[in-house]
Formats: sequence, C-alpha cells, structure tokens
Amino acid sequence: MSEYIIKNGTVYDPKTGVKGEVKDICVKDGKIVEKVSSKAKSLDAKGKSVMAGAVEVHAHVAGPKVNEGRNYRPEDKLFSYKPGGKNTRMSGGFSIPTTFKTGYEYARMGYTTVMEAAMPPLYARHVHEEIKDTPIIDEGAFPVFGNNWFVFEYLKNNEMDNVMAYISWLLKTTRGYAIKIVNPGGSEAWGWGENCNTIHDPVPYFDITPAEIMKGLLTANEKMGLPHSIHVHTNNLGNPGNYETTLDTFKLSQGIKATNKFGREQVLHHTHVQFHSYGGDSWATFESKAKDVMDYVNANKNMTMDLGCVTLDETTTMTADGPFEHHLTTLNHLKWANVDVELETSSGIVPYVYDPNIKVCAIQWAIGLELALYAKDPMRVFVTTDHPNAGPFTRYPRIFKWLMSNASRQEMLKGFKNSDKVIAATDLASLDREITLYELAQMTRAGPAKSLGLESMYGGLAPGMEADVAVYDFDEGKVASPEDIEKAFSSAEYVIKSGTLVVDHGEIVSNGNKRTLWVDAKVPVNSQVERDVQMKFLKYYSVNLNNYEVSDHYVPNPYVIEVDTN
Amino acid sequence: MDVVKLTPSKVPELYLESEHISPDVFAGKSSQEIGDLHVHMGNQTYKLSDFFTIEGKGGATAADTKIVITGDAGRVKYIGMKMTGGEIEVLGNTDMYTGAWMAGGKITVRGNSDSFAGIAMTGGELRIEGNARNYIGAAYRGDWRGMQGGTIVIRGNVGSDVGSNMNGGLIDIGGDADVHLATHADGGKIIVRGVAKGRVGGQMVKGDIYVLGGVERMMPSFRCDHEEEAEIDGKKMTFQVFYGDLGERHGKRKGEIIYGKIFVAAAGKPDGQKAGAAKSERRVKLNEKQIAQLAEAFRGAEPTVQEVRTYIFDTFGFDLKPMQVSRLIDAIKR
Repeated sequence: MSEYIIKNGTVYDPKTGVKGEVKDICVKDGKIVEKVSSKAKSLDAKGKSVMAGAVEVHAHVAGPKVNEGRNYRPEDKLFSYKPGGKNTRMSGGFSIPTTFKTGYEYARMGYTTVMEAAMPPLYARHVHEEIKDTPIIDEGAFPVFGNNWFVFEYLKNNEMDNVMAYISWLLKTTRGYAIKIVNPGGSEAWGWGENCNTIHDPVPYFDITPAEIMKGLLTANEKMGLPHSIHVHTNNLGNPGNYETTLDTFKLSQGIKATNKFGREQVLHHTHVQFHSYGGDSWATFESKAKDVMDYVNANKNMTMDLGCVTLDETTTMTADGPFEHHLTTLNHLKWANVDVELETSSGIVPYVYDPNIKVCAIQWAIGLELALYAKDPMRVFVTTDHPNAGPFTRYPRIFKWLMSNASRQEMLKGFKNSDKVIAATDLASLDREITLYELAQMTRAGPAKSLGLESMYGGLAPGMEADVAVYDFDEGKVASPEDIEKAFSSAEYVIKSGTLVVDHGEIVSNGNKRTLWVDAKVPVNSQVERDVQMKFLKYYSVNLNNYEVSDHYVPNPYVIEVDTN
Repeated sequence: MDVVKLTPSKVPELYLESEHISPDVFAGKSSQEIGDLHVHMGNQTYKLSDFFTIEGKGGATAADTKIVITGDAGRVKYIGMKMTGGEIEVLGNTDMYTGAWMAGGKITVRGNSDSFAGIAMTGGELRIEGNARNYIGAAYRGDWRGMQGGTIVIRGNVGSDVGSNMNGGLIDIGGDADVHLATHADGGKIIVRGVAKGRVGGQMVKGDIYVLGGVERMMPSFRCDHEEEAEIDGKKMTFQVFYGDLGERHGKRKGEIIYGKIFVAAAGKPDGQKAGAAKSERRVKLNEKQIAQLAEAFRGAEPTVQEVRTYIFDTFGFDLKPMQVSRLIDAIKR
C-alpha cells in the first residue's frame, strides 16, 4: 500500500495531547506510523489544520425507514441531483440523501466512521444492503432492544443470563454493534394506542417499566463488557417539561462503573439530548433546561451524550419512537408513515420544517448549542444533528461555526422574528464561550471513538491507529469571518481513509475500502434462549428464522470485534 | 422590451427538456449565446439552436425580455420554468411543466398544454388558450406546497388533479374539469365555468371553488350549508355553498370554523339543469367532419382505444368513454 507524509500541518489531536503544533503525520499500510520512506507521497499542509478522521456516533443513514423517507419524499430530491463523475455515482437528496451521497458528503467533511443509530433487527438485511452501498466510510449499526419481547420477558423474570445470551445472539444475527434503546416500552405500548411518558409508566401486558428495561440492559451490557455502552433515547421526547424524565434516566446510571477492555468509561450514552432538555408545561411556556441537564452530565463521569442540534432546515424526522411521530403529524399536519415491527419495535416518519420564525424552533436551535457550551468535558459531549431528525448531517460545518464563533450565534439570535422571547427562554445570549479547535477534535473525534470503545483504532493520530486523517484549509489564528469556518469544514483539503487518499481538494478521488463493524460477543451456550427464539419464530414472526439472519454475503468487508464473556 | 424569436426548425424525435427557455436565462445574452444553451433529449445533450432558429437578443433583465416561440412546441417541456419576470408567448402547443415553479412575468400558450403546467407557482400569470391536462397548479410529487400565488387561466378543459395541494392564487378554467379538483387544498381560489366531474375538494381544508356548470357528483363529505349571492365577472349569481371536507381538521378564526367552500351555481346552465344534485353526463358526440378527420388520421392503422381516445382529447378537446370510442372505431371500420 502507498505511503503518505502530511507535511507541516498544524495538528490537533486529543489522543496524543497535541494542541495545534506544527508536525508531520506519516501514513503507511493503512496505519499511522512514526516514519515513512523517501518514496512517500508528500501532501503539503502548511498553514492548514490536521485532525484524525471524524467519528459519527449517531445518525440515521441506512435501512428501511431512511429508504421509506427517500421513497415518500420525492420533493426532497428535487433539483438536488448531481450526475456521476469519474469516481462517483449519481447522487442526490437533501435531508435523506442517497447512499452514495451519504458516503461522499461524510468523506468531504472529513468523517470516516459513521454509526447507523437504529437498526430494526427484522430488517437488518436491508440496513446492511444500504451500508454496503455507502462508499468510503466505515459503518456499524445499533440494533434496537428497548421494545423487544424477549428482553421484556427475560427482564421481568430477572433472568440476566438469558438477556445476555439473547443480546449476544441478536448482535451476531443482525451483525450489530451496540444496544440501542428507543423510547423503552413506549414504542411497544403504542401497539395498544398508549405511550410511556415517564420512566415509571408500565408497558401494557408486559407490565415492565422503562426504568427496569434500561437498568436491565445497562447491567447486561456491563456484565458482557461490550465496546459501547447502552445507547439511549429515553421516553417523553420532544415534549415541554421533559427534562425531568431525562434526568431520571441519567440517574439510572448513577454510581455504576464501566467494565470492559476497550477503554470505555461511560455506562450510558444518551443521544440527541437537545430533544430531551425542555422546560415549561406547554408550547407557550416552552424553555431551555440545558443548564440543569448539563449540570448532571458535568458532575457524572460515567455517561456521555450527543447534542442533536437543530439546524433550522426543512428535514425529515424518522425514529423508532412510533408514538412520537404520530404526535408530530398531529402538530404539523404533514404526511406520516408508520410501521409496527412485529416483536421488536415500531417506527415513524414525518417531514418537518424548522422555521426560524417560529419561536419553539428557534429555542430548540439555541438549546442544542447551549448543551455544547455548558459542557465541561468535551470528551463526553459529541456534535450530532441526529441526522436527519434535527437537521441533515451536511450542516455540521454550520454547527461548528456557531460553536466556534459567538458573533455568528448572537447575530442569529438577534435576527429571529421572536428574538426577545427566544432570548428570554434560553441562556444562549449570555454564553460567550467559543469552542476551540482542540475541543472540537474532542467532540467529533477522540470523544465519540472512546465512547464507542474504538479509541485504539479511530479518532486519533497516534502511531498504530487507523490512518484516517482530515486536512482542512483552516488556520485557527487567522479567522477573518465566521463563514470561513463553515467553508473550511464543508470541504476538506485532503482526507485519508485507512491509508487511501479519498478526498483531494474537496473532490472524491477514491471510493476507499469501507468496512462494516460488528460485535461478536461470546456467551456460554444457552439452550433455553435457543428454544425461545425458535418458538417465537414459529408462533409470532412473519418470517422464518432462516430468512432473518444477516448472512456473510450481506457484509462483504466485515471488521469483527470479539468480546469473550465466558 | 427586447424580443427573442424562436422558430422551431426540427421536430425532436423524443421530448426536449429545456428549462433554459426563460426570460431569466435569456436576459443579457446574444442570439449566439442563446443558441448555445443546452437542452436534453433522452440521455443526450444538445444545443437549443439544434431545434430552433433564434432571432433577436435578450434584454438587460428578465423583465425586459420577451420570448416568442413562433410554432408548435408540443414536444418541449419546462418552458418558462422558474421564471421571475418578462414574457413568453407560444403560438402553438407546449408539453409538460410549462411555467412550473413560476414566480413572475407572463406566459401565453395559444394552443394546448400538457400536464403539470404552473406547478408550485408562486406568482405571475399563465394563460393557456386551448386545453390543459392533469396536475395544473398542483404540487410537485410528494410535496404539500402546491400553487401559492399568481393566476392560471385556461380557456378550454382541464384534466384531473388540477389544483392539488393548492394554497393560494387563482385558477380560472373556461371549460370542464375532470376528477380530483383541488384535492388537499389549503387555500386559493378555483373557478370552473363548465362542469366539474366529481371528487371535488377531497381532503380540502380551506379555499374556495366556484363551479358554474354544476358538479356531477358531490363528495359525501361536503354538506350544503346555505345559498349565497356572489359576483363572477361582474355578474351576480346565486350559489349553493357546500362546506367540507368534513373528514378533515379545520382551523378556527374568531371562534368560527373555517371550511373549504364549494360554490355551485344554482342555475348555472342555460338548459336549466339543477346544480348541486348529480347531473346527467353531458353527451358528447363527434360531428361528421371530426369523424372524417379521425378516420384520416388513423387510416391503415390498427389504433388501440386509448390511442384514439387520446387523439380525440388532444384534437377536439373532449373526453369520450372507452365504450363510445370502441363503437366509433367499429363504425369507422365499417
């Protein structure tokens, strides 16, 4: 494989503690190395910023609901198609881009690893088919466990060994990466036309509470020592006053220490916290509770979170939180798709326009940024938009701009139609912190990689790590206007993925060598779970067990992380 | 105002996709530059001058530019797409998407126009002197934002799904309208001077529809509320006012529920047919001259019923039932 030397760049790397020093980065055989031979291709990075490839911790980029979004929103693709080029296929779409555009756009922003945040196990094959068709980036997918009948029954009977055996079986069967929990119990309750609005509302029929589900899965996750912690989207998303439910959820992890051999320190990752940090008791009294939420996060080192920043665009919301999507369509009266995924979860899709002229949307925008600005430890707070729910991932550079420039935030705040009300309901006007490039590297690289248990592979530039490197035409000391930040991060100068140059001056030059990450957690043979699985398939599932498993040809280039829990 | 004259020099083998025929694009360009603009046919790219002779140059701005297509453009799509000012006059027919996403200016089509004319239009004026097909002033597929402003005037008949998702502006139809008029409308105004066939205003939330020639079959989800006098073209007429779609959500203003309204002229037709109530279908028949023309057009061919039906709709401007067409074909054969 080829060798590269990235010369004279200003390096920001939390993994090795390099804060903006001029250094050369050497790449050989797909890894970062100390030295390369004189034959190495030299890339000039003088006056430019060099970072590890970014790691996306939570985005909906592949699978049945993303595809149904594409399917039922032809207007999202209108006028957005770009014909194929020398190294690229035709690509299009804005909030729900084609798989090809997803790969190209992530790579152009310097992202090299992306986690698909919600994989319904029944449709895992579809998820992997789309992952296979997404070029360049390494991907993994989180199967959803929070509304699963097996999990409910085993947890209700306090059969922890069976829970672990089932988790192990499902991760292997779906080629999944981590335990995702979406509106625990609530999506199942939706099958009875109900929801769980607090973590203590029992699920109809199963008579188990969301708190028991989350705590049980958390315990199983730590007993198994999986690379990532449980990945939670708790109950009561999007409702005024929901921050209390969020804090109750956080407290489930209080005092519990992580056990694993991957360097992960948290036992709970809470996703898109922006949607869970609302005060007030109606849309009229809607306000930010970012400070209360972040006070807890700052004080408790055993959890991580991501933002879910609203970008004020027209987008497509999609989540396994079925009842929430129904609630949303009754609010905005736009089209609605909904599905019940048999024994596993439900799901819904509704287009949404985050209009800056609407007070609530502007407050949501402010909360996303406040969360990041209140964060004391950037290694535990990651930048996301919950793509495409709060905005498309292609807007990350704009979020970086808002985080790194107080002037650009204040200008936005003053420009809103309901500016006074937005300022009164949030603290953003008084927050003058500006995130540094080093902190940004923590929030987008080292932090998410560590949280995913991948700190030895991704998110850093230490020798021996994956050669995922991004070079931006950006000099932190010489920022003339906030727009420069957005421009620089929209289109990286160079991106190297696993030692291959994939982006050269913002153009895709290679489709890389993408891999699918999954976790093979070995547990003792458990014949009861084997029998239960067979019984459930015979009795309830609409498919045969043999048509369920994601067989190897769906995952042509796997990277398996083995965990031995024997 | 500078005039650019486009004279069709070659009939495209397939259909031309030519979103560049617009005063906004032509403004500030010489005839040479206009001729070099690209058009697509199938998967191939051509120049505008491959299909048109171009005379004259564009004005300084879109508003100073007038485009005249001197012949038939029945195979040219996207004429005047996204235009914001100026004028286009087409002396013949146009294909789909005429004046789509139009925001200003004026388009006049002397002949017929195909489907999707004026979709998602926000302003300006689109006049079609012949007939038009389906989805006029509607939303783009999947979108919920149909026509939002401006005026569409059609002298002849229109096809189905006209004004779908409309939420502003005016569509004035001189003739009859096929089914699914103003489905899902959330505002705007439609006048049908002929007969509206049925399923008018399905899932309509807001907006006004005036039908002067009666509605053949009213949706069961509309309720006749009262009679009201209103003025159309300066003439006072009595209308039965229907409220609906009762199966949908409706907003409130000052405590009163806002419904979509269908105004059906109480005595619209000169032959005294009662409006509102289901009205017998108007019998349409071809006259002898038209039958002769039809026989000439399909001489020696074995056309399908649908082909003949389409031909009749395109040429004579009305729709026959398949059974009628089938009988007609048999009669001509004999």
